[in-house]
Amino acid sequence: MWAFFHRLASPRYFYFFTGRLLPWLGALCLSTTLVGLYYALFLSPPDYQQGESYRIMYIHVPAAWMSMFIYVLMAVAGAIGLIWKIKLADIIAANSAPIGASFTFLALVTGALWGKPMWGAWWVWDARLTSELILLFLYLGVIALNNAITDPRNAARASAVLALVGVVNIPIIHYSVQWWNTLHQGSTVIKAGGPAIHISMLIPLLLMAAAFKLFYGWVLLMQARCELLEREHNSRWVQEEVLSD
Amino acid sequence: MKNNSLQAFVTVLKRDLTLAYRHRSELANPLLFFVIVVSLFPLGVSPESKILQTLAPGVIWVAALLAAMLSLDSLFRSDFADGALEQMVLTAHPVSVLVLAKVLAHWLVTGLPLIVLAPLLGVLLFLPADAMLTLIYTLLLGTPVLSLIGAIGVALTVGLRRGGILLSLLVLPLYIPVLIFAANAVNVAADGLSVSGQLYFLAALLVLAITLAPLAVAAALRISLA
Repeated sequence: MWAFFHRLASPRYFYFFTGRLLPWLGALCLSTTLVGLYYALFLSPPDYQQGESYRIMYIHVPAAWMSMFIYVLMAVAGAIGLIWKIKLADIIAANSAPIGASFTFLALVTGALWGKPMWGAWWVWDARLTSELILLFLYLGVIALNNAITDPRNAARASAVLALVGVVNIPIIHYSVQWWNTLHQGSTVIKAGGPAIHISMLIPLLLMAAAFKLFYGWVLLMQARCELLEREHNSRWVQEEVLSD
Repeated sequence: MKNNSLQAFVTVLKRDLTLAYRHRSELANPLLFFVIVVSLFPLGVSPESKILQTLAPGVIWVAALLAAMLSLDSLFRSDFADGALEQMVLTAHPVSVLVLAKVLAHWLVTGLPLIVLAPLLGVLLFLPADAMLTLIYTLLLGTPVLSLIGAIGVALTVGLRRGGILLSLLVLPLYIPVLIFAANAVNVAADGLSVSGQLYFLAALLVLAITLAPLAVAAALRISLA
């Protein structure tokens, strides 16, 4: 088990291993997305209160989950890169940030589109919306810092420190925003989503969540491979690989 | 070794305070910024006391936050330029201790004057007298947190040529919890209610920042100096 991870940390092995993995990952991602979307759009029943418009949930909720999942993964990868100085972890962390920011943006946009018919407003200063917005700012900070430092190793280490500081802060921000909101308005609108979700809606939701995770893995690996070739362009295996094509 | 580190802490603190005293004309700038930003609000929003009263806690706190952030740039800049920072990192003492001394010195010369000025601005914005003491308490507990968190951002960007704007992008989202609790405490105090909950929370944030931030700053400085 550990030997596998050790080997995976070597750029060359990683490149060839993921090269074989990618087509499978892509096929799995596409089929899960298709099945999930079909289930979500045709098979699952309309909501008794929200009618058909609730179906945006199947994009919105997985995107919001991904936005948090990717931030934590980015911080963990950053910590691994910082502690064990594994180049691959740096690459994973750096390439996760833009994907995570996109998912956060997607969650915010779908939230606004969903909010307009439901609450009559594009934006509400609700606790969850606000913390999602702050999460987007945190992502943008990591991306900006990554871009500002020219040396890739230093950029990765600096953004790893920032991501770790962010991870410590996210729960604090989340709870303080929640408290701020409840102090301001009492009960929130979103609580309506609280009641237990029916199994016919849960299955497509989980399918879509799995599809989003697969998509993240797929895109991340493609980008990581690309950057790996760029960073290792002096090593022999890269030259052999590129020249052989 | 322990004693030595304490000694190093005191030495750095004295050195930075002396340096600040020798450049005292620069110290007024963040304060002027603080006063001017706050006095823009009556001009931009309305001179009516009712409106200003409701805005006062938020406006004063946001202005304090921006002033604290702008003043941060000087925290490591000159030491980085003349190589003193590198020597500090190379000493046998824990970098986090030296960092804590630097941040404390910086807070004493930039944060503390802000707190002295704040009641004056409270009067300008018709903040009720009950809330004035709370404003000072929140600033006393909150501005050191701003300095400590900000120091992480400065340490990460000190090696960059255009670090200023980037710094605000990195640091401002992390300031949000302080802003929420501090401004809320002043608001609640203006209504005559108890604010101990918010003050305890700010104190908890301060303790957390004192324990963890110097470690992050030390790590960030090592990266910036690499």
